[in-house]
Amino acid sequence: MAVNELGDVRPPGLIHRFLDSDFFYSFRRSPITVVSAIVTLIFFLAAGLAPWLAPHNPFDPATLDLMDGFTPPVWTEDGTSKFLLGTDDQGRDILSTLMFGSRVSLIVGFAAVIFSVVLGVGLGLLSGYLGGWLDATVMRLADVQLTIPAILVALMIDGIARVLLGGHLGDTTAIYVLILAIGVSDWPRYARVTRGATLVERNKDYVAAARVIGLHPVLIMVRHVLPNVMGPVLVLATIGLALAIITEATLSFLGVGVPPTTPSLGTLIRIGNNFLFSGEWWITLFPSLALVVLVLAVNLLGDWLRDALNPKLR
Amino acid sequence: MALLDVRNLRVEFPTRRGVLTAIDDISFDISEGEVLGVVGESGAGKSLTGAAVIGLLEPPGRIADGEILLGGRRIDNLPYEQMRRIRGKEIGAIFQDPLTSLNPLYTIGRQLTETILTHMEMSPTEAHARAVELLAEVGIPAPERRIGSYPHEFSGGMRQRVVIALALCVNPRLIIADEPTTALDVSIQAQIIQLLKRLCRDHGMAVMLITHDMGVIAETADRVAVMYAGRIAEIGSVRDVVKNARHPYTQGLMGSIPLLGHEVERLEQIRGAMPRLTEIPNGCAFNPRCPKVMERCTEARPDLLTADATTRAACWLYDQEPADA
Amino acid sequence: MTAYIIQRVVQAVAVMLVVALVSFMLFNFVGDPVDNMVGQEASYEEREEMRENLGLNDPFIVQFGRFVINATQGEFGISYRIQRPVAVLIAERMPATLELVAASAVLALVLGIPLGVYTGINRDSWFSSTILTVSLVGVSLPTFVIGILLIYIFSVALGWLPSFGRGEAVQVGWWSTGFLTVSGWKAIIMPSVTLSLFQMTLILRLVRSEMLEVMRTDYIKFARARGLPDRIVNFGHAFKNTLVPVITIVGLNIGSLVAFSIITETVFQWPGMGFLFIQAVGFADIPVMSAYLVLVAVVFVSINLAVDILYFVVDPRLRADKAVAAGNSE
Repeated sequence: MAVNELGDVRPPGLIHRFLDSDFFYSFRRSPITVVSAIVTLIFFLAAGLAPWLAPHNPFDPATLDLMDGFTPPVWTEDGTSKFLLGTDDQGRDILSTLMFGSRVSLIVGFAAVIFSVVLGVGLGLLSGYLGGWLDATVMRLADVQLTIPAILVALMIDGIARVLLGGHLGDTTAIYVLILAIGVSDWPRYARVTRGATLVERNKDYVAAARVIGLHPVLIMVRHVLPNVMGPVLVLATIGLALAIITEATLSFLGVGVPPTTPSLGTLIRIGNNFLFSGEWWITLFPSLALVVLVLAVNLLGDWLRDALNPKLR
Repeated sequence: MALLDVRNLRVEFPTRRGVLTAIDDISFDISEGEVLGVVGESGAGKSLTGAAVIGLLEPPGRIADGEILLGGRRIDNLPYEQMRRIRGKEIGAIFQDPLTSLNPLYTIGRQLTETILTHMEMSPTEAHARAVELLAEVGIPAPERRIGSYPHEFSGGMRQRVVIALALCVNPRLIIADEPTTALDVSIQAQIIQLLKRLCRDHGMAVMLITHDMGVIAETADRVAVMYAGRIAEIGSVRDVVKNARHPYTQGLMGSIPLLGHEVERLEQIRGAMPRLTEIPNGCAFNPRCPKVMERCTEARPDLLTADATTRAACWLYDQEPADA
Repeated sequence: MTAYIIQRVVQAVAVMLVVALVSFMLFNFVGDPVDNMVGQEASYEEREEMRENLGLNDPFIVQFGRFVINATQGEFGISYRIQRPVAVLIAERMPATLELVAASAVLALVLGIPLGVYTGINRDSWFSSTILTVSLVGVSLPTFVIGILLIYIFSVALGWLPSFGRGEAVQVGWWSTGFLTVSGWKAIIMPSVTLSLFQMTLILRLVRSEMLEVMRTDYIKFARARGLPDRIVNFGHAFKNTLVPVITIVGLNIGSLVAFSIITETVFQWPGMGFLFIQAVGFADIPVMSAYLVLVAVVFVSINLAVDILYFVVDPRLRADKAVAAGNSE
């Protein structure tokens, strides 16, 4: 505690308290988590700054030269330092496609998670507060949906949307549909948690008191339930991000994900898969590695977050 | 020779901020058939003492120093398997919440016979018969019928009786009862206390009765140990400690209990609060709050000193020898 | 108890009807079925005739009723893409998928549950830590990446196992099985390992976390205080209490396997229903999609029902009458 000139004792500032807290301590203590955090950060930076950081632009046909195609990575016999990780069949630099691909994967993943959280938390709040048939319906729906794997839900919604919008989707629409599909596939978890917290708060005296004063109860619920729910929702969201990335990659791999003009890591793997047997292993290996490392890092972060925020396991 | 002899027991918890001493050098004993009450506020270390005696300290907690002897034999350093055989057979335990103490998926009969057969050589039929007897003894009506019931089919008081039956079923010599009545309705509490007393007498069992409720102690115990911040403040016969407490802390405790028939303006309160285990003051742990504090109290920790014929208190007030001897 | 079962069955039927409704609407009102089937050149009269034949001018309820009756008999119309009856397509491919799912389920359970129990009981052993790390990696590996990896190692590099197809299948009655030939067994190894890995790690982690929770309960503490031996405490008491959540997960597991088989079948070109479905989604082949929807719903609903009934057997608290369970019968 700092003592100022007048001899008063000042409590340590916010940053100091955070750095000294149990939360940050368990973070520091676990080297795996620190490494995961750094890896995730690198990915975010590489993906976010891809247009400026990438050594080549793989989507500008003018810069592509078919003669550059099938170049192996720099450390092999025929490699060149111009293309550090080699090129694919069209002469696109793998490192650059990785960066742009990660960008797409992360954008879709984040957007989908945000959608899920908003939808889930919103429904959970309404459900918990209003109760009655709304609550029963929403919860039953959530229960049923929880038994169906996310990938299936996403596939269904994607398929139905395609049919509804007439077979062939424009590129931007395809991405929106994808985000919607993945987003809808994961809302139940957030809804459940939020509803639980809402039920607990709803019965507390201060809600009744606030109602008497005339404050809009929904505002109160939001102000008081949300902080309680943020911790678990954060943990769920981190794991949800990993799930969303995997789901998007899977859908893209299956051919029903992002359009080919904006390939994600999943699309890259699919393309590379065609060349696996003919020996150009790097075209599929590096995107696969990138995907696995990213998801692993996010999962580790989520795992640590869950243990750090769970008082029971300490 | 005492049945249970605890000497200089010290229990530590290594944490990231350093080693926490939860129990700091306590010594006491329990004789055959005696009921020793262990009383104190939450966090004083009472339950931990019980856990240490029965060998169920949760890691990372561990016994750092001292000895625990049962019938003259050291038990604190026994290998797991040997200690396991002592548990249940020689030392039994009952805990606070009867609902969570019983496995919801098994009938009480099954839980009883399982315990009996673990420690005693007999046939399942004999074990079953014995289980029925035990249920009758603890006051469960129609035991032959109810032996096939599940825990959730009993009320709280009945469940605690079942728990007691389970703890007793192989006739241990010592029972550690950790807050046995705290989770029960007041009306049921009295019944359970009576039951415990009767069983003690009938079976010649000693009891270490851990509670924060002085009333229960006054009713049931022969002697009482008052714990404070992981140390024993006072230990003596119940009559004397209750009527005529010696240690200033105990005096404060007794003074703060409202008595029927006495009119007071305000309840007496002990100033301050029990220190956290990481912030125990030097010398006597109670010195910041003690109305009779002396300079010595802040420097040196007092041992348990004889205060009168039956009581010892850890307080410099009772130091007979001159300070410089 | 019968009340409980009847209630559950009624719920199951209700869910099925809702799914049938969605499926039906998909089938009949999305796009124009006649257009889809007939093409651009057909004349107005031909279309009207077709509409009449298909009963598309009948009231909604009649059409829906017909749909449900047809569905229960397995009649789903004709695939837009392949021009063959959907029911036949599905019947041809179902054995392949079911065998794959069965093999994977067995793998996932046989390895997942014991490992989960072990890591729950022996929290701090190095073996446990290793298993947990591997399992974390397992959860992060998307199914198709595992598949590709396995194909690369065992087919391309080592040449031991086939990289696509089912091997030789033997026709037994109306079922075709791959379990009776060596090539069938060789072909199913990689796909089933791929499919089971994700589920196995999930089961492992769940069983472990349930065991950890249970081991902290008062009744375990009390059991130890009574001197019961570890074997009985760990398996008789602790494990039995993890069964309820574990059964749920096992039920979910089977359902997931059906869903994830889509991916595995695509990677390995395994001729099952999942592969058929993916092609249908890409093509907007509605009859196949709606049939798959109904079929999957049947699988899920029946699994849920089975799980609910199993709960009963395991947890006596559910069997109790509400009145008695309230507990204050003193």
